[in-house]
Amino acid sequence: MGFRRYGNGIAKGMALTFKHLFRKPITTQYPEERLNVSRRTRGTQIIWNRDTCIACSACARACPIGCIDMSTSRGEDKKLKVDNITIDFGLCIFCGLCVEACPVGNAIFLSYNWEYAEYQRSKLVLSNDELLYSNTKQVSGYYHPDVEKTLPEQTLLVNRTNRGKPWD
Amino acid sequence: MQTSVTSFNPTFAFNTLPPDWPGNFWLHWLVFTIILIAFIIVSVIMFIWFERRLIGRFQIRLGPNRVGPFGLFQAIADVIKILTKEDIVPQKADKVVFWLAPLVALVPVLMVFAVVPLQSGAMLVDLNIGILYVVALSSIVSIGIFMAGWGSNNKYSIIGAMRDVAQLISYEIPLVLSIVGVVLLTGSLSLTEIVGAQNIPFILLQPIGFFVFFIGSLAEINRCPFDLVEAESEIIAGYNIEFSGSKFATFFLAEYSEAVLLSALTATLFLGGWSGPLLPPILWLLIKMFAVFAIIIWIRSTLPRFRIDQMMAFAWKFLLPLALINLLLTSLQIVFWPEASSWIIVLLSFAILVALILVWSKSFKPGGNKVGI
Repeated sequence: MGFRRYGNGIAKGMALTFKHLFRKPITTQYPEERLNVSRRTRGTQIIWNRDTCIACSACARACPIGCIDMSTSRGEDKKLKVDNITIDFGLCIFCGLCVEACPVGNAIFLSYNWEYAEYQRSKLVLSNDELLYSNTKQVSGYYHPDVEKTLPEQTLLVNRTNRGKPWD
Repeated sequence: MQTSVTSFNPTFAFNTLPPDWPGNFWLHWLVFTIILIAFIIVSVIMFIWFERRLIGRFQIRLGPNRVGPFGLFQAIADVIKILTKEDIVPQKADKVVFWLAPLVALVPVLMVFAVVPLQSGAMLVDLNIGILYVVALSSIVSIGIFMAGWGSNNKYSIIGAMRDVAQLISYEIPLVLSIVGVVLLTGSLSLTEIVGAQNIPFILLQPIGFFVFFIGSLAEINRCPFDLVEAESEIIAGYNIEFSGSKFATFFLAEYSEAVLLSALTATLFLGGWSGPLLPPILWLLIKMFAVFAIIIWIRSTLPRFRIDQMMAFAWKFLLPLALINLLLTSLQIVFWPEASSWIIVLLSFAILVALILVWSKSFKPGGNKVGI
């Protein structure tokens, strides 16, 4: 029985919350402070590589919701070339099936960036050169282990808060 | 043998002006009304900020820190947001009651501030029945809450409102009885004299009274662990579920001004009010108010919510006997041992408080003896 029902449960609880006052906040102050996401993250953009693309339209066929719109034609050397590729990121569910369907393996990627917002829906529709790799759009390691190796390791909250010590 | 009727002066408030106050009563009234409303609104904003920051620290996070320095203007941003929202009135609501409810909840709280001394003589009226006025008016808030619950025509609202009334009935009695102890020690109902009588704060002379008053005031302002009225997990938002826009803002203001009021009253009745060394009196009052509110937030961040039956049992079986015993002991001391040294009383009171809590918590069995507190 001991000291049960003398209000010492309340005292214990109050002491615990009081100790929390002096602990460092475990929250991340987002815009100033960012954590590294998973190296294989499926970020909110799709990156297209014009040089390696063979215009097979496999990605457009693989897309479960049909948000990739690709029109191709035969050039003078009888090879298929892409006339127009348009991706509607308002529809895209970032499932990554287009990346897996690509027969050359390095023509379409998901991005490592995950902050993508616009004020108008129409601005979410990107086409041709807007889909190319740029400084602000990094390629994710999703389905591409070679890219994954080059990316920084993911920050786990448990590593940040514990700092090597067990949870108190 | 005519009974003198001239001795009754209905304008007694006019005679209680500070002697050095310029102008007539209405100037005094105007200035102090403006000062009090400004005081209330600024304190409410500060209390909201303080609560959100401190509860953030209790939960190992920072709390709002975006709007202004240290997030000080967060409450102002929230008010702007709330006031610009659509004011929705349910179709089946009792319109008159629905419109009146926020005002009925807010106005009594503002009125009570008339007798709270901000410093020596700095109050709207120094009523000689100050504490009676406080007790009488602060209960009216529950009528506003009940009107809100009834007028909304919503089952959650009416449950919340019913709970508030049950809570009020349970807590008003121990709360008032604990104040009576202070009144007995002072020999006056006036808040100024209560502050003046506290050579050592009444929390030391009346620890049982303070304990009961503090828990009672938690219930009075519907704070954790007595926030049954707006228990989010059970009845969503309780009485204010159908309110939006400026009506909701009024309820919010009423709730927080009540928190300010009860903190100020706790400071005035038990912690020596505005009196204190070195610092200006108003600052002392604010420091004491914020200290009381910090404890309220600490309790909020720790304790889970009572069930309604546990709440009633706690009030009637635990607090009411404590308040009665406190009243009995205080009156016995005043009648039979008035010349006792204060410090002996302090020691005795604390010994009795500890003994009573031990005895009573042993016999108090919530949850069919399955819950350990």
